[in-house]
Amino acid sequence: MPTIQLDNLIKRYGEVEVLHGIELEMADNEFTVLVGPSGCGKSTTLRMVAGLEDVTEGEIYVDGKPVSHLEPKDRDLAMVFQDYALYPHMNVAQNISFALRLARRPKAEVHAKVKEVADMVGLTDFLHRKPGALSGGQRQRVAMARALAKDSGIFLFDEPLSNLDAKLRGQLRAELALMSQRVEKNMIYVTHDQIEAMTLADRIVVMHGGYIQQQGSPEALFKRPVNKFVAGFLGMPPMNFLNGEIKEEAGDVFVKGNGFSLRLQDEKAQAAKAHRVREVVLGVRPSDLVFDAEAPSDQALTLDVMVSEYVGAQSVLLCQCGADQVTVEMNSETPMALGQTLRFRITPNRVHLFDRESEDAIQSK
Amino acid sequence: MRIAVANRLTPYLFMAPAVVIMAIALMYPLGYMIWGSFRDWSPSQTIGEAEFVGLKNYVTLWGDPNFWESLSVTLTFAFFVVTLEMLIGVGLALLLDRNIRGMSVLRTLFILPMMIAPVVVGLMWRYMYHPTVGTFNRMLDSLGLPTVDWLGNHALMSVIIADIWQWTPFIFILALAALQSLPRSALEAARIDGATAWQQIWHIKLPLMMPVLIVTGLLRLIDAFKVLEVILVMTEGGPGLSTEILALRISRTATEFRELGVAAAMSNYLLILLLALTLAMFAFTRLQEARAARIRAAVEEES
Ligand SMILES: Nc1ncnc2c1ncn2[C@@H]1O[C@H](COP(=O)(O)OP(=O)(O)OP(=O)(O)O)[C@@H](O)[C@H]1O
Ligand SMILES: [Mg+2]
Repeated sequence: MPTIQLDNLIKRYGEVEVLHGIELEMADNEFTVLVGPSGCGKSTTLRMVAGLEDVTEGEIYVDGKPVSHLEPKDRDLAMVFQDYALYPHMNVAQNISFALRLARRPKAEVHAKVKEVADMVGLTDFLHRKPGALSGGQRQRVAMARALAKDSGIFLFDEPLSNLDAKLRGQLRAELALMSQRVEKNMIYVTHDQIEAMTLADRIVVMHGGYIQQQGSPEALFKRPVNKFVAGFLGMPPMNFLNGEIKEEAGDVFVKGNGFSLRLQDEKAQAAKAHRVREVVLGVRPSDLVFDAEAPSDQALTLDVMVSEYVGAQSVLLCQCGADQVTVEMNSETPMALGQTLRFRITPNRVHLFDRESEDAIQSK
Repeated sequence: MRIAVANRLTPYLFMAPAVVIMAIALMYPLGYMIWGSFRDWSPSQTIGEAEFVGLKNYVTLWGDPNFWESLSVTLTFAFFVVTLEMLIGVGLALLLDRNIRGMSVLRTLFILPMMIAPVVVGLMWRYMYHPTVGTFNRMLDSLGLPTVDWLGNHALMSVIIADIWQWTPFIFILALAALQSLPRSALEAARIDGATAWQQIWHIKLPLMMPVLIVTGLLRLIDAFKVLEVILVMTEGGPGLSTEILALRISRTATEFRELGVAAAMSNYLLILLLALTLAMFAFTRLQEARAARIRAAVEEES
C-alpha cells in the first residue's frame, strides 16, 4: 500500500497560519496516529491529505507522486468522520455500497462486498435500516464498513470514537486494532485521546500549536519524550513536574528543589553535566514512584499523602512535595493512611529533565 | 372544585378574542359566500331578497364552456409557473451555494422581485411588453430581430414569464436555506466516495432537500391558483379569454355580469381545489412526522 509523505505543509486561513510546516513520512502499512490537544491542527492536516482542504504551501506525495492538486476521489483513500457522515436517506447497504455503485461495479460484486464488510463489522442484521434508526455505535460501524468497502490504500480517521461512551469506545478500539492487523492499509488516525494513540499506533505524531512536537513509536515517545509538552501529554495520570536546580557536589550531580535532593545516575548525570543551564524541571511519572520506607533519601521523594483515589487494583495518591502536587500510582493493597508522610523510591533512570526556559528535554544525544 | 373548573376554562378565555375575530372576519364572509352561492343574486338585492335556487349555480357552471376555459387557463398557468419556478429556483440555489466574495449581495438582489407590490410588477411588465415602445421589442428591433406580440398572441406565455420573474426568488431562498442546512460532512464523504458535482446533487443534495422542496412547491401551487393583480393589470384577462384565470373570472362575473350567486359558486369550486391541495400538504408533513416518530421509537426500543 502507498507511502505518504508530507513535505513542509503549511496551512493558512486568510492571515492566520494554523500549520507551520508539517514534515511527515508514513511507510507501507503503517498505522500513524496524530494526537494533540484541541485546536492543534490534527483535523486540518488530515483533511489536507484527504483533499477536503486546500494546501497553502508545501506538497503531499503519495508513492512519490504529488497529489495536492487532485480531487479527493482521485486520491485512492477512504475516510471515517467524527460525526459518521452517513447518508441519511440511504439504508445501511446503500451507504456501504455508494462508492462501488458510483464506480459502476457489477451488481454481484457490489452485493458480495457489502456482505463481506457487513460481516466484518457485525452489521449483517441491519442492512435495510436507515442510519436514523441505528444507535451511535452501530452508525460508527456503518461508517467503518463504508470506508472498508472502498478498498483504497489509504484509510483516514478523524476522531472516529469520540462520540461514543467509554465502554463502547474501548470495545471498538479493540476491534479497530484487530482490523488494522488484518487489512493491509496505510492508516492515519486523528484523536485527542492518548490511550487510543498508545494502543493503536505504530507511530505516534504529537502535535501542538500547528507544529509536530515529536514522532516515533509509542514506546519511544513514552520513554524518551523530547520536551515537556510531549512528556506531559502522554501517560495517564500525567507526569509530575517539579522545579529544581542542577548542583554538582563532590563529583556527583544532584537535582535539588523544594523538599527533595536527587542524585542523578549514569547517563542522566552526564547529560545534566554537559547541559549548561542549571534551572531545570524534574519529571517523574506516577508509575515510577514506588512506596519504599527504606529507600536512600537521594533516590526518593518524601511526600505528604493528601487524597487517595481508589480506582480498583490501582490507587492514585495525590501528595504534596514542598509547594508542588505530586501524583503517585500504587497498588491498592498497600496499607496507607491519609495525612502520612511517606517515602517513595524513584525507579533508577526513569527521571526526566527539562530545560526550564526552552522546555526541551535534557538527554544525551 | 370551582378552582379546577376555572383552571380548565382559563385557556379558552384567553383564546376567546381570537375565536371571535376569526368568526367575524373569516367564518362570516365564508358562510355568506356559501349561502349566496345557492341563490340567484344580483348586486342590487340584499341577500334576503335573492331567490333560493339550490345547486343551480353550480350546475350552470359545470356546463359553462367559459368556466372550463378559465379553469384550464388557471391550471396551465399554475402548472407552468410552478414547474419552471422550481427548476430555475432550485437550479440557482445549487449554483449559488458557495462562498465567493459578493455572493451575499447577489443573493439579496435575487430576492428583490418578491418584495415589489404586485400592481407595480404588473405595470412594469405591461410597459416592458408594449408592442412598440416596450423594452423587449425595442431590444429585438435594435438587434434586427422580428418583434413579438407579447400581450397579444402570446399573452399567457408573457404572464407566465412575469410570474416566474416575481416568484422564483421565493423558491430560491427556501432551496438555498435547505441546501445550507445539509450535513456538510455527508457531502464531504460523498466527494471521497467518488461522487462528481452532478452525482452529489443527484444522489445526496436533492434527496435530502426533497421534504422542503415538496412543501415549497405546494405553497407556490396554492398561491398560483389565486393569482390576480399582476394579470389584471397586464392583460385584464385578454385577449379573448386567453389569460382569464379563475380569480379574474370570479371578479368579472360579480361586477360585469352582476351574478353574485354564480361568482360565489365559482369561488367555492376554487376553494375546494385549494382545500384539496392544502390537505395534501398537511398529509405530507404528517406522514413525515409519523415516519420520524416511528424511527425514534425503533431506536429507543433497542437501547
Ligand atoms: N475554516 C477555518 N477558518 C479559520 N480557522 C480555522 C478554520 N478551520 C480551522 N481553523 C483553525 O485551525 C486550527 C486547527 O484546527 P483543527 O480543526 O485542525 O484542530 P484539531 O486539532 O482537529 O482540534 P480538535 O481536537 O478540536 O478537533 C484551530 O485553531 C482552528 O481555529
Ligand atoms: Mg478535529
